Amino acid sequence: MDAKQISHALTRIAHEILESIEESDKLAIIGIRSNGDFLADRLAEMIGKIDGRKIDVGYMDITLYRDDLLTNPEHPEIKATEILFPVDHKVIVLVDDVLFTGRTIRAALNQIPDYGRPQAVRLAILVDRGGRELPIRADFVGKNIPSSRHDDVVVKLKERGGDDSVLLRRDEGAGKARETSRKGNKK
Amino acid sequence: MTVKRKHLLGLEELEPHEILSFLESAKVFREVLDRPIKKVAPLRGLTVVNLFYEPSTRTRLSFELAEKRLSADTVSFTTATSSVKKGETLKDTVRNIEAMKIDMIVIRHQSAGVPYFLTRFSDACIVNAGDGQHEHPTQGLLDLYTIWTKYKKLAGLRVVLMGDAKHSRVIRSNIWGLTKLGASVAVCGPPTLLPVEMEKMGVEVYTDIDKALDGADVVNVMRIQLERQTSGLLPSLREYTTLFGITRDRLKRLNKNYTIMHPGPINRGIELADDVADSVNSVILEQVTNGVAVRMAVLYLLAASEGKNVKQD
Repeated sequence: MDAKQISHALTRIAHEILESIEESDKLAIIGIRSNGDFLADRLAEMIGKIDGRKIDVGYMDITLYRDDLLTNPEHPEIKATEILFPVDHKVIVLVDDVLFTGRTIRAALNQIPDYGRPQAVRLAILVDRGGRELPIRADFVGKNIPSSRHDDVVVKLKERGGDDSVLLRRDEGAGKARETSRKGNKK
Repeated sequence: MTVKRKHLLGLEELEPHEILSFLESAKVFREVLDRPIKKVAPLRGLTVVNLFYEPSTRTRLSFELAEKRLSADTVSFTTATSSVKKGETLKDTVRNIEAMKIDMIVIRHQSAGVPYFLTRFSDACIVNAGDGQHEHPTQGLLDLYTIWTKYKKLAGLRVVLMGDAKHSRVIRSNIWGLTKLGASVAVCGPPTLLPVEMEKMGVEVYTDIDKALDGADVVNVMRIQLERQTSGLLPSLREYTTLFGITRDRLKRLNKNYTIMHPGPINRGIELADDVADSVNSVILEQVTNGVAVRMAVLYLLAASEGKNVKQD
């Protein structure tokens, strides 16, 4: 996916989110670090423009809720979780860049009740690459890119410098990356 | 940036980047403490034993809360109600506790070096919660954290450590931590309570409080430990207060936006005047809150770097 396709996908998701929610003043968006936080900012801005209001945005780091924290020697550093609005009775849209095994989302779902009891939680994903290990499904998907578990899906966002892009790196012929926008669709 | 060690015995042996790792992580746990539900689960399945051979309220409660908020299982042990009274040696006590399958030991002991001694025969992660006159690393880290979050830096700040440098493990941990991160440190107290050659730790030493306070940003006031003053090093408490007590009048020498700290418990009206202890520049209660966050960070990072084997869910 290139920058334009990513932007179109996000715009569509923004409209879908608004369409799906009866009372849009209940909407709040939480991005999962890292990358999900940037996407959450962008979605909130788009939805804010369409709906003419400011949407609450929060950011979540799920490190403390991972299930492999103490078994994985490369334990990741923790970043801050910032949810500065009450989540009670809100409709929370969780945002992440890639949906794969579902374990990250499981961890995020565990974390939300520590802040309160939202009316509902939805999931928006830029790329669904398949390979689920838990019964989790996204409500809003930018693009489906089926991939094997040995492939690499690389999401680059302009907030970290460079252009927006999503690349699928196939396992065969290591190091050969190719644009997924053309081929990923047909698989 | 991460911590790769199994034990926390003192700040002396830590690299500056490790200290910063502890502080950065503490920031995350500080946020956890502000949530409606102040509990996370990274240490689920681990057992921590708090072995306290010396009386303590703050540190023990702080460690226990930190452990519980990380979802560890905890047992606490104080000498008053234990077999230590029956004459069991420290080594036997620890080996027996360890035989009950535990993962981490938090120890406070009146003798310096006991935490290190435990690492020689125990498989558990050892956290020093104060050993004799040696170090109190988690107190040092929480003092650093409190200063660091207020000023957003440590380098270039001038910190005065007031009080009994001879007996205070808190002063020693503060000196190691602060100097490693580039703060300029002054120690001030009566000459009888200043160890010789303290300058070799990279600090300035003063016996004149007014000179010490000149242009300082932070004053960390230690408790005069009445229980350790038996050998006549201090003529009288009244003399100490007159010469070294922090009063409102003396604060004029400090920089604007100064900070008053105290590890507690305060002897009000002795080392610290009442109105100073309760002033807006005093962060004494904040230190206590930060203490829980810092201890969570320490337990988390040690357990995680050890890769403690825990069942996945």
